[in-house]
Amino acid sequence: MGFLDITNVTKSYGAVEVLHKVDISAQEGEFLVLVGPSGCGKSTLLNMIAGLEEITSGDISINGRVVNGVHPSKRNIAMVFQSYALYPNMTVGQNMTFGLEMHGVPKPERDRALAEVAKLLQIDPLLDRKPGQLSGGQRQRVAMGRALVRDPDVFLFDEPLSNLDAKLRVDMRTEIKKLHAKLKTTIVYVTHDQIEALTLSTRIAVMNGGYVQQLGTPKEIYDTPANIFVATFMGSPAMNILPAKVVMRDGVPYAEIFNAAHEACYLKFSQDNLAAWDGRDILLGLRPEAITDPDGADRKSTNIASLSNLVDVTEPAGSDTFVTTTFCAKGIVARLRADTDIRAGNSFDFAINMEKAVAFDPETEQRISA
Amino acid sequence: MSADVQDSAIRTGRITRALIYLVLLLFALFYLLPLFVMLTNSVKPLEEITGGNMMALPQNWTIEPWLKAWSTAQIGVEPTGLRPYFINSLLMVVPAVAITTVLGALNGYILTKWRFRGDTILFGLMLFSCFIPFQIVLIPMASVLGKLGLSGSIPGLILVHVVYGIGFSTLYYRNYYAAFPTELVRAAMIDGAGFFRIFWRILLPVSGPITVVSVIWLFTNIWNDFLFGASFGGTSQPVTVGLNNLVQSSHGVKEYNVHFAAAILAALPTLLVYIVAGRYFVRGLMAGSVKG
Repeated sequence: MGFLDITNVTKSYGAVEVLHKVDISAQEGEFLVLVGPSGCGKSTLLNMIAGLEEITSGDISINGRVVNGVHPSKRNIAMVFQSYALYPNMTVGQNMTFGLEMHGVPKPERDRALAEVAKLLQIDPLLDRKPGQLSGGQRQRVAMGRALVRDPDVFLFDEPLSNLDAKLRVDMRTEIKKLHAKLKTTIVYVTHDQIEALTLSTRIAVMNGGYVQQLGTPKEIYDTPANIFVATFMGSPAMNILPAKVVMRDGVPYAEIFNAAHEACYLKFSQDNLAAWDGRDILLGLRPEAITDPDGADRKSTNIASLSNLVDVTEPAGSDTFVTTTFCAKGIVARLRADTDIRAGNSFDFAINMEKAVAFDPETEQRISA
Repeated sequence: MSADVQDSAIRTGRITRALIYLVLLLFALFYLLPLFVMLTNSVKPLEEITGGNMMALPQNWTIEPWLKAWSTAQIGVEPTGLRPYFINSLLMVVPAVAITTVLGALNGYILTKWRFRGDTILFGLMLFSCFIPFQIVLIPMASVLGKLGLSGSIPGLILVHVVYGIGFSTLYYRNYYAAFPTELVRAAMIDGAGFFRIFWRILLPVSGPITVVSVIWLFTNIWNDFLFGASFGGTSQPVTVGLNNLVQSSHGVKEYNVHFAAAILAALPTLLVYIVAGRYFVRGLMAGSVKG
């Protein structure tokens, strides 16, 4: 039993089921991120936790209490909306204390809570302004302030950073993380941005098509994705997926792939659980940062394969150089150090960190784990 | 290129501009002509109208026709002037507008923020009431008013106008609130505000523009209505019926100056409403159509 338990929850609109038997559990103080592409059901799930959408079947419990059918205001939650949803006719101060006022908290107490939160978020000078007079970042702070004043069991964030410009988004992201470290309140955070998910969370639920594809820590999600969807959705640039064949040599599994000249190359697997797949096709997953120049390769890795191949395109991105090369007739992205001497059209010795390689079953698209 | 040439999208020379203004001015004057005729003739003695030029300014200014139209003109069999009719109209229009606007606002709020199964059909049916011609409902309405014991009374007229106006006010508020972010209502729900609290504290404070539209529209329509007033007014007829009875009376001398004054008096409240709230009218009509 966790602090927030979502057990066997489904959601249907008429005959259409949009969430299928979702099971998620989070401990007190955890930062749970629901991430997925548009229409995956993550916002619907958040609204169900908030009580803004009805639960078709299953249970949601917060702090040991099943909250199905409980009014949103009685769940002891606070929500930060994508559009901030600040009341335009009220000042910042009134916005932030509206919830307390509705719950019958006396004025002196409201003022004390307001002052405390305003100081924490450094918005004291804004308290008498109307939301229309604030910048995007300030509105974002006020929206968070309104949630903080309530001192709830769970904070719900619905894509709170998607309306900010790129730089501010990064700043606010850090700030939310700091805030969580300080307050240690349980947070459920919805986003479609996989970087936000990886940087903020202590636990991620990757969703697609109304199913939870994988629930785990950021490291589990990134290093051992449960299936092709999770592998390609999390991480930027996306993980390279290559059609390969398992070949056993002296009892050790190798992946057979083809380079740009259609010559077979063999990469030794680190995991030895692929013996059963001898001679069968698999999908090989390699993250761009696992394909580097020999000098940039991970020195702690015990399994670096060297492979020469033709360079198609180079994209210097300042901190890194992204290189496209062709294996198995597919464009593969490699991530090299910024000042690697590499030219399109030439051949280059790539270093492939096979410790980080993942193998998938081409039929089910699930990771081959045991 | 010289710097003083403005190369804007609309390039008009001084002469074209002057011509445009001249034409506009002529149109404006033409449009104001009836008001000019009514105003000048309402402050003339009757002989000046019957014996001469309608367009001329009065030689002897007099306020007599106005006083007569207000309090002593013969309307029907009683020499009451327009005053009792005017008061009837006020007693009818103010509650009718208030009730219709409040109900329309609540309807719009429910139809957009508390959606339920079949709400669009219900809204569609309510819109129908905007298209039903007045004449069709006269006889059923008379029968309903009779059964309610409201025929020939001001409450009866109020009921008729509320029933007729509610379609329009619902349309206005529904479309206005449809553009109002639902997230705000959800935030207020989480904050613990109930149905009426959300309406009162969150939606109503930003409903100024559409309320002005609704009030102007309803006020003008109800004040200017003649058919319902003549049909269901009974002993408490509104000012439009009074004016008609005054102007149409077929005995005695036709006192044109008094008629003009009475006509202006009858039109004054709607004019006032437009002057006071008119500039919000366009703003309110535009609201919601453009994001901003």
